[in-house]
Amino acid sequence: MSRLLLTGNGAAAWGARLAEVDYVPAFPITPQTEIIETLSGWYERGEASGRLVTLESEHSMLTAAGAAAATGVRVFTATSSQGLLYAMEMLYAVPGWRAPFVMVNVSRGVASPITLESDHTDILAARDSGFLQIHCATCQEVLDSVLIAYRIAEDARVRLPVIVNQDGFTLSFTREPVENPEIEAVRRFLPVYDPQNMEFRASRPVSQAVAVLGGSQYSYFRYEVHLAALNALGVYEEAAREFAAQFGRNHPAVEAYRCDDAEIVFFMLGAFATKAQDAVDRLRESGLRVGLVRPRLLRPYPEAALRALLLGRRVVVVVDQNLSMGKGGVHYAELASALYGRRGAPLLLSYVGGLGGRDISAEEFFEMAAEAKMAAETGVAPEPRLLYTAGELREMRKLQAIAQAERVELGRKP
Amino acid sequence: MSEAAIRTIRSIKDLPSAHLLGAGTPMCAGCGSLEAVHEIYDILGRKTVFVNAAGCMTLLSAYPFTPFRGGWLYTSMASASAGAQGVRDALDILREKGRITADEDMTAVVLAGDGSTYGMGMSATSAAIERGLDFLYICYDNEGYGNTGQQYSGATPHGAKTATSARGYSGDKKDLFAIWVAHRPAYAATVIGAEPLDLAKKIERAARMKGPRLITALAPCPTGWDYDPKDTVEIGRLAVTSGVWPLKEYSEGRIVHTRVPHPRVPVEAYLKTQGRFAHLFAPRRNEALLAGIQAKVDAYWAEWG
Repeated sequence: MSRLLLTGNGAAAWGARLAEVDYVPAFPITPQTEIIETLSGWYERGEASGRLVTLESEHSMLTAAGAAAATGVRVFTATSSQGLLYAMEMLYAVPGWRAPFVMVNVSRGVASPITLESDHTDILAARDSGFLQIHCATCQEVLDSVLIAYRIAEDARVRLPVIVNQDGFTLSFTREPVENPEIEAVRRFLPVYDPQNMEFRASRPVSQAVAVLGGSQYSYFRYEVHLAALNALGVYEEAAREFAAQFGRNHPAVEAYRCDDAEIVFFMLGAFATKAQDAVDRLRESGLRVGLVRPRLLRPYPEAALRALLLGRRVVVVVDQNLSMGKGGVHYAELASALYGRRGAPLLLSYVGGLGGRDISAEEFFEMAAEAKMAAETGVAPEPRLLYTAGELREMRKLQAIAQAERVELGRKP
Repeated sequence: MSEAAIRTIRSIKDLPSAHLLGAGTPMCAGCGSLEAVHEIYDILGRKTVFVNAAGCMTLLSAYPFTPFRGGWLYTSMASASAGAQGVRDALDILREKGRITADEDMTAVVLAGDGSTYGMGMSATSAAIERGLDFLYICYDNEGYGNTGQQYSGATPHGAKTATSARGYSGDKKDLFAIWVAHRPAYAATVIGAEPLDLAKKIERAARMKGPRLITALAPCPTGWDYDPKDTVEIGRLAVTSGVWPLKEYSEGRIVHTRVPHPRVPVEAYLKTQGRFAHLFAPRRNEALLAGIQAKVDAYWAEWG
């Protein structure tokens, strides 16, 4: 085992290298590009064996990824934001092929307005596609999750592609010390890819991804994918257990931090959950019984684990780094559906924050905790709201005034 | 490479006597695309993975049946060439790593209609050619979005009536062959099912090459072009003898016409066979438009004949 100082992107590339992937269809997009550049460099210099091909779009990239997986090789790919959206048709198509592979998504806000910085709206657009989703909070997790993802994807009970998600900038461009496992240990954990009957061979004719005529067949095959995704809950637990035994790092489907006696629990995914963790420590010092629940697995949705952790709490504060237009935070709605009508269901508070790279400050965590405490006392949850300060709004108004002045200036006749 | 490619086709007697593609597909009676696909598959043989783009032929493989003796993978309307890239690369990797033997290898063949080929599939195909992908591309061109009821596409000829051009299509059929040739692929050709020997020779030639090889087949379409299904072969022949559909091939920087119709039948004789051009003849002859269409064909052959 060696220790390297890696960015999240570097960790993703190392994950693919250690998984000894055969094939990497690629397309550059900020903030993902470092992943494919790193892999390309290794392949070009002969430091790892694999083939990287740059397609002309993410839509084509995902088609090539699915087609190669359907031909029987281990495939890795990566994208972000607009690229993920551009590939969306194939993102929904390839899970139905039951062709397993792994894609890293480096989360970035989606247009419009166009931005480079992070939130989770992109990855949540893939929520219902049939891809499984693992959400990471550290660079170490990115590397480890890529290896775990292959185990789940290729399992005979699952056979579905998996997305490993990391936050753009916050993880993708931030260096952390990362334990790099030995290849022999990885090989024990992740055996050589067995395509089973998923292949094109001259001696074994097969038609894949064929059309169906009628809703009965369609429903059957779609529901099969759903059931396979649900199977992944158990398969994930197995893989995570074995991973912990092999490498000494524990990555449960749902991570609970200082939750044992917590009355108020923050609920977050991804890198910003580490900020919540820090806030929990400081709030604990002030005597508040507060904790954090962070699902790593989003699809399949670890409903039973979430119920076990959250029923009986007084308040759960859901912080969504995404926005479903006309509804609000996606995780808030999902968690509500998991807890609704259950004995001991907590009050749910909904905050949307951290959009497009906007920070969530310690003070904001304290404020949310204070509102949660109040809600626990009154039994009434405040309306969902956006984390946005008065100072920010003042700055925004200044920018709007400048934009208005610019427009007037430009429109003036010479 | 296909087992069929070992022999050399010189005359009509050398063509396979039985079809490889299974019967009972849901294609329309008299389908000119299916005619071409039959003839092409007979030459390519069973060691073929068809990578399909959304179109009429997508319904060839409808669960639980498939007429294919080799492989088939439906992808999407825009990205079949990228699918071929994935299949080809995967097979190459498996060969390199010794995970499959040479006799398990297959040829990746895109099967796409004109709707995909002339439009949203062009970017993926252009990129596959520039990367030098070792694949065949078969376009069946029925000059419109046939599977959805024949709306005009980038392949619709000027003046043709479609479901979205009731008074005749105002644009011009895009020169797909020229676009392909501009990429300098290993091979490009035009074919038609009604000329099976010319088609077979070209497919056989393409099958023996490496690199990007692109073939477009004009595909008379009884439902889309509005004619009796029994006339598919005759209309196909007229497309060639009138000079509307030049049969040609490209390799190593040269374009060669494999059939120069001489004398050429007037274009009118071809147009008259199809309901989609009926408005050029009745209630009044549209002399200007007819002369314009003939002039374009004449100009082409003045350059190439």
